[in-house]
Amino acid sequence: MTPPSPAPTTASAPALNPVAWGWTMLGDVLDGPFRALQGHIGANRMAYVFLVPNLLVFGLFSFWPMILNFYIAFTGGQSVLLAERPFVGLSNFRELLDCPSYLDPRTCPVAGFSFWTGLWNTLFFAVVQVPIMIVVALVTAVVLNRDIRARGFWRAVFFYPVMLSPVVIAVIWDWILKRRGILNALLDDGTTAWNSLVGGPGYFGVLVAFGLLIGWPLGSLLARRVRTLPPWLLRLGCAVLAAAGLALLAGRSGLTLADYRPINWLIDTRSGWPMFWVIFVYTWGHLGFYMLILLAGLQAIPKDLYEAAEMDGTSKSRAFWRITLPLLMPTMIVVLVLSLIRAFQVFDEVYVLTGGGPGQATKMIIQHVYESAFIGDAKRYGIAAASSVLVAGLLLILTLGQLAATRKKAGG
Amino acid sequence: MITTTDVTGFLGARRGRSGLHWTDWLSYTYLAIGVMLVLLPIFWMFMSSIKSPRALVENDPRLLPYEQVTTPAPDGQRQLNVFELTRPDGSKADVAFVGPRGANARVYELGKPGDIFEAPRTALSRKDVISPRWENYTDPTIGSTQSRTFNFLRYFWNSTFVTVVATLMTLVVNAMAAFALSKYKFRGRDAIVLVIVATLLIPPTVILVPLFMTVSSLGMLNSLWGVIIPAVATPTGVFLLRQYMLTIPDELLEAARMDGASEWKIFWRIMLPLSMPALSVLAILSVMWRWNDFMWPLIVLTQSEVFTLQLGLSTFKGELNDNMHYLLAMTVLTLMPVTLVFVFLQKHITTGIANTGLK
Amino acid sequence: MATLELKKVTKTFGTTTVIHGIDLAINHGEFIVFVGPSGCGKSTLLRMIAGLEPVSTGDVTIDGAVVNDIPAAERGLAMVFQSYALYPHMSVRQNLSFGLENLKTPKPEIERRVAEAARMLQMDKLLERRPGQLSGGQRQRVAIGRAVVREPKIFLFDEPLSNLDAELRVQMRVEIGNLHQRLGNTMIYVTHDQVEAMTMADRIAVLKDGRLEQFGRPLDLYNRPANLFVAGFIGSPRMNFLTGELASTDQASATVALDAGGSVSVPCMAQAAASGAPVKLGVRPEHITVTDAGQGDVNLNVTITEQLGGESYLHGAMPSGEGLSVRLAGQTRVVRGDTVGLRLADPALRHLFDVASGKVFPPLT
Ligand SMILES: Nc1ncnc2c1ncn2[C@@H]1O[C@H](COP(=O)(O)OP(=O)(O)O)[C@@H](O)[C@H]1O
Ligand SMILES: [Mg+2]
Repeated sequence: MTPPSPAPTTASAPALNPVAWGWTMLGDVLDGPFRALQGHIGANRMAYVFLVPNLLVFGLFSFWPMILNFYIAFTGGQSVLLAERPFVGLSNFRELLDCPSYLDPRTCPVAGFSFWTGLWNTLFFAVVQVPIMIVVALVTAVVLNRDIRARGFWRAVFFYPVMLSPVVIAVIWDWILKRRGILNALLDDGTTAWNSLVGGPGYFGVLVAFGLLIGWPLGSLLARRVRTLPPWLLRLGCAVLAAAGLALLAGRSGLTLADYRPINWLIDTRSGWPMFWVIFVYTWGHLGFYMLILLAGLQAIPKDLYEAAEMDGTSKSRAFWRITLPLLMPTMIVVLVLSLIRAFQVFDEVYVLTGGGPGQATKMIIQHVYESAFIGDAKRYGIAAASSVLVAGLLLILTLGQLAATRKKAGG
Repeated sequence: MITTTDVTGFLGARRGRSGLHWTDWLSYTYLAIGVMLVLLPIFWMFMSSIKSPRALVENDPRLLPYEQVTTPAPDGQRQLNVFELTRPDGSKADVAFVGPRGANARVYELGKPGDIFEAPRTALSRKDVISPRWENYTDPTIGSTQSRTFNFLRYFWNSTFVTVVATLMTLVVNAMAAFALSKYKFRGRDAIVLVIVATLLIPPTVILVPLFMTVSSLGMLNSLWGVIIPAVATPTGVFLLRQYMLTIPDELLEAARMDGASEWKIFWRIMLPLSMPALSVLAILSVMWRWNDFMWPLIVLTQSEVFTLQLGLSTFKGELNDNMHYLLAMTVLTLMPVTLVFVFLQKHITTGIANTGLK
Repeated sequence: MATLELKKVTKTFGTTTVIHGIDLAINHGEFIVFVGPSGCGKSTLLRMIAGLEPVSTGDVTIDGAVVNDIPAAERGLAMVFQSYALYPHMSVRQNLSFGLENLKTPKPEIERRVAEAARMLQMDKLLERRPGQLSGGQRQRVAIGRAVVREPKIFLFDEPLSNLDAELRVQMRVEIGNLHQRLGNTMIYVTHDQVEAMTMADRIAVLKDGRLEQFGRPLDLYNRPANLFVAGFIGSPRMNFLTGELASTDQASATVALDAGGSVSVPCMAQAAASGAPVKLGVRPEHITVTDAGQGDVNLNVTITEQLGGESYLHGAMPSGEGLSVRLAGQTRVVRGDTVGLRLADPALRHLFDVASGKVFPPLT
């Protein structure tokens, strides 16, 4: 409580903090010219003054390029000056689209090969990555939405990779996935440890553990039916049977793994590992964002709905399928649209991690655009612009399709 | 003393239920695995970044930065590795490794360099000490002799400059536009809003070539301004700020107008302070975008003096595989600013992003 | 010195006209209240005076000078908003001094005025607080203080008390009255509450659907409402209206045949109207007395009685089915279900309206 002040304060106001003071001063200094301007044009037209800087930048660097892109797509040559670029009609598009078979990019011209390889890789990437990420993000969000301790901490940790730059993420995982990296070392150690475990007296430990793992729940299930025997006997019996079964089936040598040969995760040409890791790393870096949005969606579902369901005797899983998921649908659609559009534009992480390799195995469509225009001696801006037009068209169809689906959902 | 009940009590459900349901165990296990999957790679990289180049080349899988003890050779020319010798009788001694001879090694006991003897290699085990190598971070040779292309301080400065200037410009330019679009009525307003919202749907990645040409014709190639300015007028920013400003009551502005404030003053003294929540979300987003930006700088900046950290790192990664210790250290330094921002503003960032649905 | 004049002021939003040509002259030092049902255009009118909304046609003049094109900031008026519109990020002191700073008032002068206003409104101790830390009544005071320090030519109030609870409202009403006494400025006060209007105003402007229905002193409006709307709007409980038709007229009175039975004579000038024209007879509840059934001018079947101790209300239906209320001094023995006779008091307190135009037949002067 403040002590009663003896006299009404005619003294000056308390000293302002320097930030507020600086803010006020800066505003006052700028107020001079702006006020003069306002005197000339009137208060309402000041709106245009406020808009000008934004519209200037927006027009010059967003709107104008969008229109320019179409024009460049119909020009050839290597110059960045529009005036020096000859009009070539549809030839860029022809080079991209003149393929005997789109499914086999090798039948295309050079530019078409690069385009279709990138496109198919991107499609594969998006179709695999998006569902996996959404499911994992949903599961994580649902778990975090439970009555759980330290929710803020878990949420923050899952979100943290979103803050990291694609380059940093690529360096981290490159370091882990090198041929002589930690992952190979761990797998090697793991194999050795496992083999020495099942090679020695640990073999029986493995059998017992396996027996309990399989047999115990099986015995519990059985105990519900078979009332004549005591449950502990059933469980024990099942465990022993399971262990014996494993011993018979696999034996000692069957459990021994072959020596581990390090895999070149990002370079191995004969396997799908590079694409796998590209998907994994990208998901690792982006999951947290979608988890956060889904969690916000979950938390927006009124709690009393669940309480009402509980009063009705609805089971937890039924409540999830019949209440949570339907009410989460709008958020899910947002997440789906966003993640699909982003997946189609994937570039940074993949480019730094694999450079599109090995060969062209992880080359994405935006990398094709980038390399056509900016890499190598022949700067094929026309091809890049034409590819952009095609990609933009694809994205547009995707977005509109999504919007239509949303509309239908909302209407139905 | 932490007892089991304490732990269970901590983890346990809040709402009256005592003890943990099996689904709780499942949840916590899932979360723990997930957290490890997120943090271990970063932690591993950090631990690696304070290891010696030798430990990195040897690919030592131990977490801590162990380094083998060495001792100067009697001739003073080179360093000898130190091992621990276990004698047949079980006693142990530290020995310096002079050289191999068949399956044996020629060693001498520390302190007795004249007395070289042979010992079976299997009786030797490395003598390691923990010694974090902070020089990876502080080494003044970065950017001079060791690596011509990685001038960390320069890149750090470039990145900081781009991030700070671009964020300030983004805030001011977009706030002004959002103010005009939310608090004034004028012809064409709705059309402008529509165009801006429409461009939200058009990804910048599809206008790389024309944007490059525009920037190049303005002479901004290889200039940090070429990175800063094109993305200053972000539709996301206008949209986010406008939505927020729409919720600020018009009566406040009218009161200020009655108080004789000019339109600029209303913007500066009333609108901006009241939009702080939205402005700080945009500021955080902008810092994140700009600090982490890769593709656009990659296109605009081709000379290493103007590289940002991200460009420097990616170039460095491609070129110099034998300088892994520097690369890892610099990567840690690169992720440090956003990490610090995140640690301090974590709540703000997650709620802000969750509420706006933007990244 | 500040007079205000509105000349044929109209306001159109898009295609809808919400103010249809209002003429009004306000003298210096008057306390004027704009009253009317919500949505009738009171705020719009006030905002046009303030300069926050441009007038569509017509003129607003202050001290004889047309101010149509002068921006709000330069008209020298101050306004208290319904939501108070205090700057939430500034302390009370900053709220009060912001306007003076904009006018480049010297620092010592600002401090003097803020201190004086704070003393006048008893908020010396609140000066360093933010609006969020104040109660509703305190916020109200700050909003008024912000207007006071500006020493404006005219104070404008837009429903300033509607967010306060009933008790505080009565108290603030008195304080605003005192403020007017003390400062002597012209004040324009908007409200939808006719009690507020009656208690505070020197003159009341009654608005309906963007038109000025009547402009005059409170008791003039009560005693001589110009039309059905004002008659029904001013006074609480509402005036009763009994439908009927004009039976006969002479120079000094008109005789009305009531639908509820019986006929009543009203002193007024109604010769212009044809006999048989539909009319409404207006009688305030307090101008009716109760007798036995069949004894009075009309009968009333009582459906509700309200006993307040010091006074009582009867509500019921007449034989025609029309509702009617009566206010009686003291307590009554009438109970629900009783039928009583009503005697309409003093003929001078009866008002006769022409249904077709809604206007009153002018009373004898
Ligand atoms: N900016 C506006 N645009 C369109 N119609 C408006 C606007 N402001 C007020 N109106 C309309 O004008 C009429 C009068 O409004 P107002 O002056 O606020 O009434 P009140 O008497 O309750 O203060 C209302 O019907 C309202 O809908
Ligand atoms: Mg109003």
